Amino acid sequence: MILAVAEAGAHLSWDLGADLRQMFAYHFMVNAFRAGTIAAVAAGAIGWFMVLRRQTFAGHTLALVGFPGASAATWLGIATVWGYFGFCIGAAVAIAALPRSDHGGGFSEESAVIGTIQAFALASGLLFVSLYHGFLNGIDALLFGSFLGVTDRQVLILALVAVVALGLLVVIGRPLLFATVDRDVAAARGLPTRVLSVVFLLLLALAVAEVSQITGSLLVFAVLVMPAAAAQQLTARPGAGIAASIGIAVLATWAGLVAAYFSPYPVGFYVTTFAFAAYLAATLRRSAGQRPSRGRVRVAAA
Amino acid sequence: MSAAVVDPVRAVTHMLAHPFMVRAFVAGGLIASASGFVGYFLVLRSQVFTADALSHVSLTGALAALAAGIDLRVGLFAACIAVAALIGLLGPRGRADDVVIGNVFAWTLGLGVLFLSIYTTSGSGGDGTAGVNILFGSIFGLSSSQARVAALVAVATGVVLIAIARPLLFASLDPAVARARGMPVRGLGVVFLCLVGVTAGEATQAVGALLLLGLLAAPAGAAQRLTDRPWVGLWLSSGIALASMWVGLSIAYAAPRIPPSFAILALAAASHLIAVAATARGRFRPRRAPAAPSFRPPPAGHG
Repeated sequence: MILAVAEAGAHLSWDLGADLRQMFAYHFMVNAFRAGTIAAVAAGAIGWFMVLRRQTFAGHTLALVGFPGASAATWLGIATVWGYFGFCIGAAVAIAALPRSDHGGGFSEESAVIGTIQAFALASGLLFVSLYHGFLNGIDALLFGSFLGVTDRQVLILALVAVVALGLLVVIGRPLLFATVDRDVAAARGLPTRVLSVVFLLLLALAVAEVSQITGSLLVFAVLVMPAAAAQQLTARPGAGIAASIGIAVLATWAGLVAAYFSPYPVGFYVTTFAFAAYLAATLRRSAGQRPSRGRVRVAAA
Repeated sequence: MSAAVVDPVRAVTHMLAHPFMVRAFVAGGLIASASGFVGYFLVLRSQVFTADALSHVSLTGALAALAAGIDLRVGLFAACIAVAALIGLLGPRGRADDVVIGNVFAWTLGLGVLFLSIYTTSGSGGDGTAGVNILFGSIFGLSSSQARVAALVAVATGVVLIAIARPLLFASLDPAVARARGMPVRGLGVVFLCLVGVTAGEATQAVGALLLLGLLAAPAGAAQRLTDRPWVGLWLSSGIALASMWVGLSIAYAAPRIPPSFAILALAAASHLIAVAATARGRFRPRRAPAAPSFRPPPAGHG
C-alpha cells in the first residue's frame, strides 16, 4: 500500500511548498495529519505524567492490549476504534483492580502480573487474527501502524475522546502532580491518591487507544515515552515540561508522516526515530549543560 | 479428536508419531524449563521490564539478520546477548532505569519495522510469513538441526544458571550484605542478564518475540505466589513452564485452529491467575525480601 502511494507520484523535489501542496491534495493525508496531531497532543500531555509516575510498564501493557482489541473487532466485523478503546479501558480497570504495592515502581510481583497480562493479551490477538484468517494483510498494520485509510468519522471520534481526556487531565492535573511527587504527604493532606491513580490509568488507556490507531500497538510507546522523557530532561517545571512534551510529540508525528509519504518505509519507523532523536538531543544537551545532579521534577509542596 | 477423549495413551502415541511434534516437545520443553529458571530470578530481582526490552531487541535482531540475508538465529542471539550485557554494564548495579530502557526499546522496535519492510519489499524470498513467525513463534516449524541447537543451548543455560544459583540468590535478596562478604554482585548481575539474553533468543524461536515475556514472567510469578522457599520456587517455576508448554502443544495439535503460542501462553497465564487467586486470601501474604534499597531515588529534599 505504501509503495502504491510512492508510485502515485510522491516524489520529493526542492520546492517544499509544492511538495506539501501535492501531499495535502490527498484527503487521506489530511486525515492522517489531523488524527496524528490529535493523538500526539493527548499522548504528549498524558505521557508526561506517565513518565513522572514511573508507570511506563503499565503504559506499555495498555498499548499491547490494544492489539487483541483491534483484532477482535476485525474478527467480529465492527470498527477497530471500538476494539482499541474497549480493550484499553478494560485493561486499565484490571490493572487498577489488582493488588498493588505501596509505592509505584518496579516491585517484582506487580511487574510479573503486568508482564503476564501483556503476553496473554498479545497471544489473544494472535488467536483472533488466526481465527479471522487475516494473517498476512492485517497483522502488520495492527502492530506497526498505517496512516492510510483514516476516515473522517474516525478523526471525529479521536477528537472527541482527546477533548474529554485532556479536560479531565486539566481538572485532576494539580492534585495528580502533588500525589505523584509526594504521595505520602498528599495522602496525609487528605487527597484521594488511590482514586487519582485509577483515574490516571483510565486517561492513559484513552491516550494509548488514540495513538494505537496511527502508530500500531507496538509503537505507541514511542509517542508516549520519548517526548515526555525528552521534555523532563529539558525542564523541571511542570507547565513548560508538558508543553515541550506535546510540542515534541506533534513535531515527531508530522515529520514521520511527511517522511513516510515521500519514501517507501513505514511511518512507525520514522516517528520512533524522530522522537528518539529528540530524546537523545535533550539528554546530550542536559549532560553538556551546567550541573550533573539527578533532577526530577520538584514542586513546592503546597 | 474424539480419540483424545476415548483413549489418552493412544492419542499421545499418535501425536508423537509425527517427527515435528517430537521436535516441538523436546526443544519446546527444554526451552520452557530454562525460561522457568531464568524467569524466577527475573521476577525475584525485579527485572521483568528488562526481559520485555530484550524481547523487542530479539525481534529487531532477527529481522536485521533476515534483511541482511544471514541465518536469523545469528542476529537473534547476537542482538539479545549484546543488549543484555550492555544493560547490565550501564545500569546502576545491573538495574537499568525503566525510562531509559523504554526509550531504547521503543526505538529498537521502530528499527525492527524498518528491517521488516526492507525484507518484505526486497523480494529475496520474503513471503511475509517470516515476520509473523518471529513475532509469534513457529514451534511446529522447527527443523531437526534448529531443534537440536535450541535444545543444547537451553540445557547449557539451565546448567550455568543452576551453577550460579546460590550466589545469585544471595546477591539478589541482599546485595549489600553479599557485597560486604566480597561477592562479585555486579559481575553476577551481568552474567545473569547474559543468560536472560540467551533465553530470550531461545524463547523467540518457540513462542515468538512478542510472547516470550509471558513464558518468563507467568510461571515465575505463579511460583513466587505459591512458595517462599527459593529452591522450591525455582523448580516449581520451571515445572509450570514445562507443563504449559507440553499441554499447550497438545491442545494446538488437537485443535488446529488454535495457534500453539496462544495455547502455551494461555496456560501459563492461567496458572499465574490461579496462583494469585489461591493465595489472595487465606493465610498471611507470603513475605518476600524487600526490594533493594538503592532502587528508588532518595526522597525529595536532597537538592
